[in-house]
Amino acid sequence: MAINSIVMVKQVPDTANISGQVMKEDGTVNRALLPAIFNHEDRVALELALQVQDTYSGKVTVITMGPPRASDVLRECLYMGADEAYLISDRKFAGADTLATSYVLSEAIRKIGRYDIIFSGRQAIDGDTAQVGPQTAEKLHIPQVTYTEEVLHIQDGKIRIKRKIEGGYEIVESGMPVLVTVLKDAVSPRPYKARRVMTYKNAKTLMELEKLVEGNSLLYIDQLKDEYLSKNLYIRTFTMDDLMLEAERCGVAGSPTKVHKVESVVLGGGQREMFHATKAGIGELIDKLMVDHIFG
Amino acid sequence: MSNYFSENPDILYHFNKFDLKEIVELIEDSYTQSEKYSYAPTDYADAMENYRKILEVTGDLAGNYIAPNAAAVDEFGATLENGKVIYADGTKKALEVLSKAELMGMIIPREFGGINFPTTIYMMSVEIISRADASLMNIFGLQDIARTIAQFGDEDQKERYLPGFCRGDFTGAMALTEPDAGSDLQAVKLTAYQDEKGNWFLRGVKRFITNGNGEVLLVLARTEAGTKDARGLSMFVCNGDSTVVIRRIEHKLGIHGSPTCELQFNDTPAELVGQRRFGLLKYVIYLMNRARVGIGAQSLGIGQAAYEEALKYAKAREQFGTSIYNLPVIANMLIEMRITIEAHRTLFYDTCLWLDRKETYEIEIEKLKAQKKSFAEMNEKLKEASKILAFLTPLTKYFLSEGVNKIVYDSMQIHGGTGYMKEFKIEQLYRDARITNIYEGTSQMQVVAAAGGVLNDVVGEYISKWLSAGYKGSMQDLLKLLIDIRNIYSESLSFVKNKKDMSYQDIAMRELVEMYGDIYLGCLLLREANDDDNKRLFTAHRYILGAYSRAIKNKEVIRSGVYSDILHQDTILI
Repeated sequence: MAINSIVMVKQVPDTANISGQVMKEDGTVNRALLPAIFNHEDRVALELALQVQDTYSGKVTVITMGPPRASDVLRECLYMGADEAYLISDRKFAGADTLATSYVLSEAIRKIGRYDIIFSGRQAIDGDTAQVGPQTAEKLHIPQVTYTEEVLHIQDGKIRIKRKIEGGYEIVESGMPVLVTVLKDAVSPRPYKARRVMTYKNAKTLMELEKLVEGNSLLYIDQLKDEYLSKNLYIRTFTMDDLMLEAERCGVAGSPTKVHKVESVVLGGGQREMFHATKAGIGELIDKLMVDHIFG
Repeated sequence: MSNYFSENPDILYHFNKFDLKEIVELIEDSYTQSEKYSYAPTDYADAMENYRKILEVTGDLAGNYIAPNAAAVDEFGATLENGKVIYADGTKKALEVLSKAELMGMIIPREFGGINFPTTIYMMSVEIISRADASLMNIFGLQDIARTIAQFGDEDQKERYLPGFCRGDFTGAMALTEPDAGSDLQAVKLTAYQDEKGNWFLRGVKRFITNGNGEVLLVLARTEAGTKDARGLSMFVCNGDSTVVIRRIEHKLGIHGSPTCELQFNDTPAELVGQRRFGLLKYVIYLMNRARVGIGAQSLGIGQAAYEEALKYAKAREQFGTSIYNLPVIANMLIEMRITIEAHRTLFYDTCLWLDRKETYEIEIEKLKAQKKSFAEMNEKLKEASKILAFLTPLTKYFLSEGVNKIVYDSMQIHGGTGYMKEFKIEQLYRDARITNIYEGTSQMQVVAAAGGVLNDVVGEYISKWLSAGYKGSMQDLLKLLIDIRNIYSESLSFVKNKKDMSYQDIAMRELVEMYGDIYLGCLLLREANDDDNKRLFTAHRYILGAYSRAIKNKEVIRSGVYSDILHQDTILI
C-alpha cells in the first residue's frame, strides 16, 4: 500500500541570528539582511514523510510558496530524499497573509492531485501563526491533525497519530487524505545525502532556467525545460496563471490581516494575582483580562 | 550553530586555491563518468562545486551534530562487554549519520558505491571531523582501509568488501602491530598458513589495533616460514568473525571513543591481498603513508579546536580589569598558535596534493599499460611525486603532530587552572593530542623516514626556483632570511657529514629535518603572501622569522658538540 505525501515547506529568515543591524527603527525586521533558511519544523515534517515512505513506499512531493530564491529549500528537500518539488511563485503573491497563502497552496495541491497525507511543520519561525496548515486543510475539505509527535500506524485508509496536548498526549485516528502538522521534536531530520546533493544541486525552477536563457541567445526555454525534465532536474513551477487563481484572493489583495503595530514586548515577571476557582473568581479573571485588552 | 567548513576562513582559503585540475581530470576519466552517474561531475567547475557542497554537509554535521557529543564520548568511551566492543553512544550516532549522508566511501570508485573524490578533499573532511571529535577520526579515517582494498584487491574482493564500507555497514582495521613488533614491523610474527586446498588461515596475536572490532580486517602476517624480515610478510583480508577474539581493549589517556583492541586470531580464514611477500614492502607502506597523512589531519583538527577554545576563553576571562585577550603575553601566545595552525595547514594541503598526484599517476599508468599505450612520461611524473612524497609525508606527520602538542599545551596555559579541570574542553583536547606524535610512527621514526629526502635535497630544485623568483617589496626581507636559513642549513649539514659519525648524524638529524622542512614551508608561505592578501603576509612573517631563529639555534646545537656526550651514556644514565 503506497502512501503519497505532499509536504508544505517554507523558506524563512533566520530569526535566531537577529543582530542589532537587522532591526529597523520601527521594530520590524529587515529581512534582506537575514540569511534565509529552511524552516526547521518543515524539515521535520519532510523527515516524517520520508519515514512514512520508507515504511509504506509511495511518493514524497514538496511544495513551497515564496520568491524565486525559495528554490533553495526545495533543493535541500531533494538532497534529503524528496522525489519531486514544486515552487509556487508569482509577484502577485507578495504580501500574502495566512488566508491568501492557504488559498494558493490549496489550489496548487489540487492541481498536483492525488495524495494521502499532507505534511507541514506546526508553524514557521517568521510569523509563528500556525494557521497555514489548518486553513489549507479547511479549503481542501479534508481532516487535519495538528501537533503531531509520531505517526503510529497506517492501515486500511486510516492513519493513527500521537499528538501533543497540554500536559500529555492523545492518540487519534483519521481517514485519509489528511493534513498533519508536525512538532519540532517529532523526529530528527536525516542528513543530506552526498549523491543526491551532487545530482540535485543542478535542479532548477522555471525562473532559474529563464535566467540562463536571458544570458544566452542559443538557448530556448522550452527546450531547456524539456532537457531538465528528462534529467529529473526540473523544479516544477506554478505561477498565478498556471493555477487559474482569483487575483483578488491572492497577495495583499486577498489578505485581510493588517498589522496594527509592532512593539518590543519585555516580559516582566514578578507580579501575580490569585483568582479563586469559583464562578465569581473566574468572572473577576475575565473582567481583568478584558480591561487589559487580552480578551475582547 | 557552527559549520566547520564554511565558517573556517583558513580552510576556505585553501579550498578556493586548490588546483586539482589534472587530478580530477584523471580520476573522472575526462568527465565521462557523468554519462553513467547523475552525481558525477561534468567538468572541473562542476567537480569543485560538488566538493564544496559535500564539505559543507560534512562541516555542518561536524559542528552541529558530532561536536556536541564529543565530551560524552570522551567520558564514557568505547567499552568491551562479553567480548564485543560497544561504541560510545555519540560515536554510534555519528557513524550512523555519516553513513546516511553517504560520506563513508569518499575515496572509493563509484562502481563500488563510493563517490570517487580526490584524497585532498577527503583529508579536508578528516580534518573537519577531527576538530569535532578526534576519536571519531580513527574510525571515519579508516576509509583508507577500503582504499587499500580498492587499490590492491582483486575484482572479487572489491565487489565483496567495498560496497559495505561505502554504505557504512563495515568498518575496518589495520592489524599490523604486535607485542614485539611496533616501530619495527619487520618483526611481525603472526602466522599465515595454507591447508591442502590452498586456503589461508591466520594464527597469532595483534596488539594496539585501532577499531580491531571492525568487520573487515587487513592483517600483516608471516607467510614464509623461517624468514625474519619484511620479505616474508604478506597482507590478508579477513572478516572479524568469531575466530577473532578481542582479548581486551586498552584504557587510554585520550581518544576514548576509539577502541584499541588486542586481537587473537584462532585459525581465522583469510584471503591474500595482492602478491605474496609484498605485504609490508608495498601494501602496508601504501596504507601507512596514507594513515600518516591522516594523522596530520587529526592534528590540525585538534589544534583548531584548541585554538578556538583558547581564543574564546581569553576574550571572556577578565583579570586586572581587562579581558586577558588584551594582555600582550596572552595575545602573543594566541598569535603563535594561530600562525602555527595556518602554516601547518599550508604544508598539509601541499602534501595532500602530492599524495593525490602520486596515486593518480599510478592508477593512470595501470590504465595506459592495459591499453598498451606509452606511459614513459607519466612514469617520470610518478617518480618525482613519489620521491617528494616520501619526504613530505613524514615531515608533515612530524611537524603537525609536534605542533598540535604545543598548541594544546599553550591553550591549557591560557586557560590557567580552569583548563586543568575536567569541565573545560581543553582538558580533553590536551589528552587527545598526545597520541598524534606516537602512533603511525613516532616523531623519532618520522625524522628517520624524512632523513633520506633531506640528505638528498629532494625538494632542492623547487626551493632554488622559489628563492630566485621575484617578490613584492615587503617580501624581500623574508626572502633574504630564507636564503640565510638555507646557508645555515648547508653549513650544518656539511658539519654533520664531515664528522663521519653515524650516531651523531642520527641525533642531529632532527635539527637538520627541522631546518630543511622550515625552508620548504617558508617558501610555500612566502609564495602565498606574494600571491594573496596581507593576512598571509602575517603568517609568512612570523613563521619565517621564527624559522630563522630556530635555524640559528639548531646550528649552534649541532656545532657545539652538545650531543657528544652520547659516548658516555652509561656513565651518565645511572
